[in-house]
Amino acid sequence: MESLVISKEKSPELINTIIKSYRLFAPTEEKGFSGFNIITDNSEIDLSYLNSRMPPKAILFNQTETLFLMEPGAKGTIKPKEIRKDKTAIFAIRPCDAKGFSILDPVFLGNYVDPLYKANRDNSVLIGLSCNQPDSSCFCTSFGDSPASGKYVDILFTDIEENYLVEVMTEKGKAFVNDFSRFFSPASPKQIEAKEAKEKEAIKLIKRNLKIEGIEEKMDKMFNHPIWEEYAKKCIGCGTCTYLCPTCHCFDMQDESTLEKGARVRVWDACMFPEYTMHTSGHNPRPARMHRVRNRFYHKFSYFPKNSDVIACTGCGRCIRYCPVNIDIIELMNRVSEMVL
Amino acid sequence: MTENPYQPSLATIEKIKVEVTGERAIKTFRLVMQDENVQKEFSFVPGQCVMISRLGKGESMFAISSSPTEKDYLEVSVMKQGKNTSALHEAEEGDTVGVRGPYGNHFDVEGWKNKNIVFIGGGIGMAPLRSIVNYTLATKNRDQYGNLDIIYGARTSNDLCFKDEFAELRLRDDVNVHLSIDVVEEGWKHFVGFVPSNLLKVNPPSENTIAITCGPPIMIKFVIQNLLELGYKDEQIYTTLEMRMKCGVGICGRCNIGNLYVCKDGPVFSNAQLKNLEGDM
Repeated sequence: MESLVISKEKSPELINTIIKSYRLFAPTEEKGFSGFNIITDNSEIDLSYLNSRMPPKAILFNQTETLFLMEPGAKGTIKPKEIRKDKTAIFAIRPCDAKGFSILDPVFLGNYVDPLYKANRDNSVLIGLSCNQPDSSCFCTSFGDSPASGKYVDILFTDIEENYLVEVMTEKGKAFVNDFSRFFSPASPKQIEAKEAKEKEAIKLIKRNLKIEGIEEKMDKMFNHPIWEEYAKKCIGCGTCTYLCPTCHCFDMQDESTLEKGARVRVWDACMFPEYTMHTSGHNPRPARMHRVRNRFYHKFSYFPKNSDVIACTGCGRCIRYCPVNIDIIELMNRVSEMVL
Repeated sequence: MTENPYQPSLATIEKIKVEVTGERAIKTFRLVMQDENVQKEFSFVPGQCVMISRLGKGESMFAISSSPTEKDYLEVSVMKQGKNTSALHEAEEGDTVGVRGPYGNHFDVEGWKNKNIVFIGGGIGMAPLRSIVNYTLATKNRDQYGNLDIIYGARTSNDLCFKDEFAELRLRDDVNVHLSIDVVEEGWKHFVGFVPSNLLKVNPPSENTIAITCGPPIMIKFVIQNLLELGYKDEQIYTTLEMRMKCGVGICGRCNIGNLYVCKDGPVFSNAQLKNLEGDM
């Protein structure tokens, strides 16, 4: 790993240079929230954010996306979709959201490779920005991660007052930095220490902990526990938690067509909706909200670890921040963790 | 198949056979891939499924109802239920459909060699069973299996699928066919009553036997109960499950029972597996 620095004075020029050869996504102000958008000038970037409302998963796994084109009907034909190939950089992605991609990878790049996600993933450089001011809903440290972790990004920026410390984490990150080498200079040991100090301070600000030890085994015995009904009573089934989750990946596929042309489109879907599992016959394996709420937590803390050896939660805190009825995943899962059965 | 796992290959409907008419109409579609190489490379094992789509009307998962010993085509038997299946029922021979697959696990036709097999079907649930029935009855395979019994029923005689094929099977002496309907009808010569009751009446010996059942969930439940009563062990009982599906390849999320996805980890499960499976069904 190589440690470099760039002064805050020079960084706007770097951004404006990147824009010339990359589709650059960065946090901007969006309807009173923060959102990752393609920018055309550094001035559009707003770094006064805790995190974006919509996770940057939407950049690699679009909320609505054409899978292929067709001429519908009796003598229908299919036209493959052109896969996007342009170089993309995601600037100031938080470590928790970058981890989200590492959790989505085994889903989209497993036995069956999703060509749209793969192309987006391969063509994207993740430029992280350490979280110096985590808030009361943040809990990435519960999973052994840090708000200043470079583990899941190609390059990690950390704000160390006048400069950014720039840690080059991957080969992809190295190639990227080499292309823009004139902006960077080697970091001094003092600057590296400054980052470490920032990281320690940030970790201290994270006050809450989701106790994951033994949680999968505990859940193996709690499928019929009344706690799921208790939380389901509070839930209004809006699906916000799933849409804003950096690891939720469920989708629907629909045909959109006129008489002459059409497309099969995928759109994000959510296990919180009854239609999600409803059979054509009318039978629904998850007819009650309790079944759907239970499925969401089991998927994250039991099913996903069983299939991919990782808990499908990064501690980004969005589902806590944005839940309209204040369902708190830390509170719920800690009750599960501490349950005496 | 294409490199995009969501993109179907095109197939032509070569033949349409009406199995059941009326409210619960069922048709069997014989499909041939339009690209000869895709047809040649399309290989499957009984129990596996395919996604079929009337382009513009959506896509649904069906068990392949033909036997892999028929290499020139594949067949699916479709009940008219929703948007896509209704559109398929309006299709004519020569029309084009999209096909993806085959998907999922399958019946253990290799491991079950030298065993007797009892097939227990209800209604449209005979579709996946027809694939393995015809596979085990194929000339090159028949002597590799023991006794074959088919116990099949539907609500009415009209609702029975593959009637002409059962008429032919009755003429063979290497397979026993036991048909039933739920309520009395004039001229019906076979069993009247539910499939689980017919199973008890036929009473196929459990020794060295595999029982495969497919049909409505309530039928499966009582068939399994009765099989256990007849001395079958959990490991000898197999069924196929269904769920709403979209991607077919374990990504879109909706067909899970616990941590398993019916599209890729199923649809075939033994009763031993089902007993240990805690999830929403």
